[in-house]
Amino acid sequence: MDEQQPFLQLQNVSKQFGGTVALDDVNLAVRSGEVHALIGENGAGKSTLMKVLSGAYQPDEGEIYLDGEHVEMDNPLKGRRLGVAMIYQELNLAPHMTVQENLELGMEDTTLGFVKSQREEIEEVLELLGHTSLPLDTPVRRLGVGKQQVVEIARALLTDARVIIMDEPTSSLSAEDTEALFSVIRKLRDAGYSIIYISHFLEEATEVADRYTVLRDGEVAGTGSIEDMSERELIRLMIGRSLNEMFPSVEREPGEPLLDVEDLQGPVPDGVSFTLRRGEILGIAGLVGAGRSETVRSIFGLESADEGYIDLAERGQVHVKYLSPRRSLDLGLDLMSENRNREGLALNMSVAENMTLSSLDNYAGFGGWGLLNVWKERRAVRDWIDEMDIQCRGAEQQISTLSGGNQQKVALTRLLEAGSDILLLDEPTRGIDVGTKVQIYRLMGELASEGRGIVFVSSYLPELLGVTDRLGVMYQGRMSDIYPTEDWTEEDVMRFATTGR
Amino acid sequence: MRYLEKLLSAIGPFLGLIFVYLVFCFVAPPEFHSIYNTKLILSQTVIFGIAALGMTLVIISGGIDLSVGSLVALGTVVTATFVSKYGGQDPGILIPATGAVLAVLACGFCGFITGSIVAGFGIVSFIVTLGMMQVARGVAKGLAGQTTVTCPTNWLNDMMIVEPAAGAWWSIAPAVWVMLGLLGLMYVVLHYTVFGRRIFAVGSNESTARLCGIRVRLNKVWVFTLSGVFAGLASVMQFSNLTLGDPTAAVGMELKVIAAVVIGGGSLRGGEGTVVGSIIGAIIMAMLQNGCNLAGVPNYVQNIITGAIIITAVGVDRLRHGRQTEV
Repeated sequence: MDEQQPFLQLQNVSKQFGGTVALDDVNLAVRSGEVHALIGENGAGKSTLMKVLSGAYQPDEGEIYLDGEHVEMDNPLKGRRLGVAMIYQELNLAPHMTVQENLELGMEDTTLGFVKSQREEIEEVLELLGHTSLPLDTPVRRLGVGKQQVVEIARALLTDARVIIMDEPTSSLSAEDTEALFSVIRKLRDAGYSIIYISHFLEEATEVADRYTVLRDGEVAGTGSIEDMSERELIRLMIGRSLNEMFPSVEREPGEPLLDVEDLQGPVPDGVSFTLRRGEILGIAGLVGAGRSETVRSIFGLESADEGYIDLAERGQVHVKYLSPRRSLDLGLDLMSENRNREGLALNMSVAENMTLSSLDNYAGFGGWGLLNVWKERRAVRDWIDEMDIQCRGAEQQISTLSGGNQQKVALTRLLEAGSDILLLDEPTRGIDVGTKVQIYRLMGELASEGRGIVFVSSYLPELLGVTDRLGVMYQGRMSDIYPTEDWTEEDVMRFATTGR
Repeated sequence: MRYLEKLLSAIGPFLGLIFVYLVFCFVAPPEFHSIYNTKLILSQTVIFGIAALGMTLVIISGGIDLSVGSLVALGTVVTATFVSKYGGQDPGILIPATGAVLAVLACGFCGFITGSIVAGFGIVSFIVTLGMMQVARGVAKGLAGQTTVTCPTNWLNDMMIVEPAAGAWWSIAPAVWVMLGLLGLMYVVLHYTVFGRRIFAVGSNESTARLCGIRVRLNKVWVFTLSGVFAGLASVMQFSNLTLGDPTAAVGMELKVIAAVVIGGGSLRGGEGTVVGSIIGAIIMAMLQNGCNLAGVPNYVQNIITGAIIITAVGVDRLRHGRQTEV
């Protein structure tokens, strides 16, 4: 297999935007019948490379070869015609149309003209994917995300794609659906397709891919067979420096209780109680849908719970019914949303405006009723940009043009700016690069050592085990007993998360 | 590059204004570019312009207010009814002033009702204000007894005199000064107060605003109340112009006001808009009407032109955003 001619080959591809080099002399070779993981931090050039491959960008230099032939990808349509299909994070399906109608939407440039023959081909493709049971006459919106993804992949195959590029395909999938997707990917590989798999989850890459290419700062940092690589080595390639510790430890001493959650009963949480102390990071593990987000969101007053109290050391007891985000902020709680794009940030506002959105009153005289001291605000924002090491052109830059990791840092800065003592962080490292993750872990440690209390919700068990002091697991709205993190094993956590025992 | 783009979008409405002006300089008779006519256009801008200031707030916050035209009519009726009832032959200063304040309060109250329904029941503002448009029009007609309300002339009517000191180049209608003062005030409110920043936040992303502790519903109530207040101020100018209360006045005005805001850079998706742009948009709308009249363009053609401009402005807004999401 090693001597095989690559099916898709990029040679010496370079691409510049203004003064910044996005891709510098990049080579990429993907064979047929291979799953190729493309790995790199945000801003390393992955998405630029994908856009070159799909024809959305033209490279300044370099060539693309498909099946040994030199090709020009002038536009996305051409890429599609040549057999390169992209499957984006956000699926491109018409939710109200049936599975079959969606599949036929992509068929327009094939030579088959009639419904009957299309149905046959669809069934053939679904068989290849191992999903013959997919209900063709059901509207797509009734399917789960995992099944929708299968529809999208099937559509790519129906348009005669030979190379399928998947951009973070598992970001919204449950563990089960992820497993199903992997089996689809393996079937595709065995059928001779080339798959380029982009993911932040290194363990996924090592599980499903045959070969890898690591990009760093627009250059290829390494490529080869993934069997020979450990996760640690991959991380080292991505970061470009030896990473002694993924999870930096910061000395801290748990202090007096800050927050007592008492018997939270809601549509989802089922009798959740826990205590958070000063100087402590408390982890909540569990599967997607176990009620972790709902729990922290009810504590913050974003979602209404039916019953339960929160007991704050200095402010006394409050029934959850009377909580609202405004009230919670005044009580010294703050929440970082798991969904940066929909909720965490106002995307068409600037870096500065996003940072100070919770703390604006501090910049206006007369208790918030006077004029905004814009100058003071900008100065504070500039200090935060330096302190948090946020890569941006300035305080006025629109937040949507920042990389994911930098956006996340701005979202976190908003919490620091507001100065609450109790921080509820819901998936704070989702979809960001490893370098930024490490920065956020260190920051969490520092915040705790300053005497704040942090509730850390995550689906990524290694980070919970690496960062938290105590850990609880949720299953169907119930919370396990909370033990010091070193007393939990990965198996214990997974068992409770999947069985509730 | 980016700065150039930013600059272009900031002065875009202004370039549009110059373009329209130049077109009419060629098409319309020479009176069009006389100083007097420029002042006339400015005073014809006042009613749209003041209403557009309120509409800008609503549009930035992600809503729309279709009740503005009806509120203006209601306001004229309120003022005229009060002045005719208590003013006698010579109403003096206080009676018309009270009438004007009552008009503003009445319109502000309607806006408060609209805002409370939008915020309290979570109904989209398009529907609620469509309803308020009918309700306010009905109240205006009922109050006026299905006819126009006449009242003795008073100092309010002087607000709209195009050239108070005849012949002096600096002399423009007092109402224009009022509009410019309100423009300055709203500029400061939008960009230099917490309230203004929060309006942008709510329009940009309501969930984010909520997460950040902004009282989104209260903010909406305020925004619609203010839109009503501005419609009330516009109604005082309308009354000043008409010298009577007319329940059938300003039909369809809300569309021109919305057009002015969108031409000025407001986005119907919320989160964007400037008061300066909106006023320029209002001047463009007034100039179109004035120029078309001078050029002898029949009324039905003016309707077509106005409609085409609204669609074009919204189309441009869409294009602008399409490009942004691509990057």
